[in-house]
Amino acid sequence: MMKRLSFPLTVLIFGYAFLYIPIFSMIAYSFNKSSLATTWGGFSLRWYGVLFENSQAFDALMLSIRIALVSATFATALGTCAGIALYRFRSFRGRRLFSGMIAAPLVMPEVITGLSLLLFFISLENLIGWPAGRGVDTITIAHITFSMAFVAIVVQARLAGQDNSLEEAAQDLGARPFRVLVDITLPLLAPAMIAGWLLAFTLSFDDLVISSFVSGPGANTLPMYIFSKVKLGVKPDINALATIIVALVTIGVVVAMRLMTRKDGGKKPG
Amino acid sequence: MNTLVKSSDRLVRFVNRRLSGRAVNQLMVRIPYIWLLLFFLLPLVIILKISLADPVMARPPYTPMFDWAAGAVQWFQGTLDNYRAIFNDRLYMYTYWSSVKFASVSTVLVLLIGYPMAYAIARAEGKWRTIFLLLVILPFWTSFLLRVYAWLGLLNTYGLINKTLMGLGIIDAPLEMMYTDFAVYIGIVYSYLPFMILPLYASLEKLDGDLRDAAADLGAGPVRTFIDVTLPLSLPGVIAGSMLVFIPAMGEYVIPTLLGGPDNLMIGRVLYDEYFFNMDWPLSSAIAIVLLSLLIVPIMILRYFQDKEAAA
Repeated sequence: MMKRLSFPLTVLIFGYAFLYIPIFSMIAYSFNKSSLATTWGGFSLRWYGVLFENSQAFDALMLSIRIALVSATFATALGTCAGIALYRFRSFRGRRLFSGMIAAPLVMPEVITGLSLLLFFISLENLIGWPAGRGVDTITIAHITFSMAFVAIVVQARLAGQDNSLEEAAQDLGARPFRVLVDITLPLLAPAMIAGWLLAFTLSFDDLVISSFVSGPGANTLPMYIFSKVKLGVKPDINALATIIVALVTIGVVVAMRLMTRKDGGKKPG
Repeated sequence: MNTLVKSSDRLVRFVNRRLSGRAVNQLMVRIPYIWLLLFFLLPLVIILKISLADPVMARPPYTPMFDWAAGAVQWFQGTLDNYRAIFNDRLYMYTYWSSVKFASVSTVLVLLIGYPMAYAIARAEGKWRTIFLLLVILPFWTSFLLRVYAWLGLLNTYGLINKTLMGLGIIDAPLEMMYTDFAVYIGIVYSYLPFMILPLYASLEKLDGDLRDAAADLGAGPVRTFIDVTLPLSLPGVIAGSMLVFIPAMGEYVIPTLLGGPDNLMIGRVLYDEYFFNMDWPLSSAIAIVLLSLLIVPIMILRYFQDKEAAA
């Protein structure tokens, strides 16, 4: 006799099937021996071999990692400042504009951000000679700009969830403001800053549209490389690449979640 | 390593002595503020200016494909020409309309799938709730591009879906799903589902279970309770989630390009092609500005509900 599943459970089973079947099928096909993307020809690591011999993909990967490391670090610094500023200072001149500029990149269509930054860089180059051409630097600046907003949101949420008695105590005991910031506020914010950094890294690593706009000759990031390959259909070696990325992201997210929940363990309720 | 620690400590001490509380606060506001003014707001002002065809700002330094004579005439003719070109061109107007259609239908579909999921997650037991949430967040962290790409293998004429359906004897011939509007809807719904579930979950989680119980005690059935209690209280989540899907979906480029047919018209794709193939800066700027102005109301609605959420 079959037990009838409850409605919520049924919903979740179908929902997660929808979310995960595409990803799992991509992973399964990455081990496909056949070069026909849609026919199963037995298990093989062939496409991983093809991938590792592909120097173009490797160069693109290295470039993407480089850009993501730099832009995530700058975005975390700027975004943390912005998050603290928005949480602490309830009224300063231009606060509305400031909070608007933090919120807008979260939903702004990428084609608008990309085009506007590109035409901005070109105008600037005509005006003052910098940036000379476009490439890694312009991509990095673009990535910092949109990912710092995400960091700011994460930091703001963390600040809202913790009490500031430690900072007040330090101030009462005569610590100067910068000392309070470095010794109290930033360590307390560390989990949020790590989470924000990871988010900024992922966003930068994944960005295609904005990078395509502000990139120059020779600066091909990994998403740009992947996009140029898959425009015309399924490619088995891209399946292998996708599998590696999905595996790394999964490990990263699980580790980050562990880290965050452990740090949160000592948090007082309320 | 030791010297690094020492010197950074010295730096902190130095800055600490020099900076007053006011100065620290001001730096904290000003550095990100100036960054955003420079790299977010100013670029938008510049495309607004270029869309109005300012000859100084808009002149491209190099574009062999660009017709200089025609360009110059266009620029000197008048400032609203690019907008006139868009509004007089039925294809552009249709493209905007079609983007609104794609984005709103997808938003409704995402809501219909996302709401029951968020509800089920919010009602789950503590430990399961964390796992369910993690399972929603995980695809969100995985490459957007690769998740869209994954559908290529499924929707193909000889892809997994057609093979399964044919294997089960449900259909005789493969369905043409790839490069159709259907594929674009699937792509948008799939990619943006986490954006809907997370805000919905946030507002459903806060919902007081006692209210539901009270409604039940007073004789309301499950449907009545849902319509009169749960749904109104989760409305902020519904609206925030819908805006988070609708706004970026309007300008989507990757999904219509990879999954849509060659005749698929979404404004993000048209804008991208207008820029990269036709090199028409003023026109592509004007297309972007019109798109942005279409999105201002949804963005304001989102901001309003986010502020209310933050204040609560």
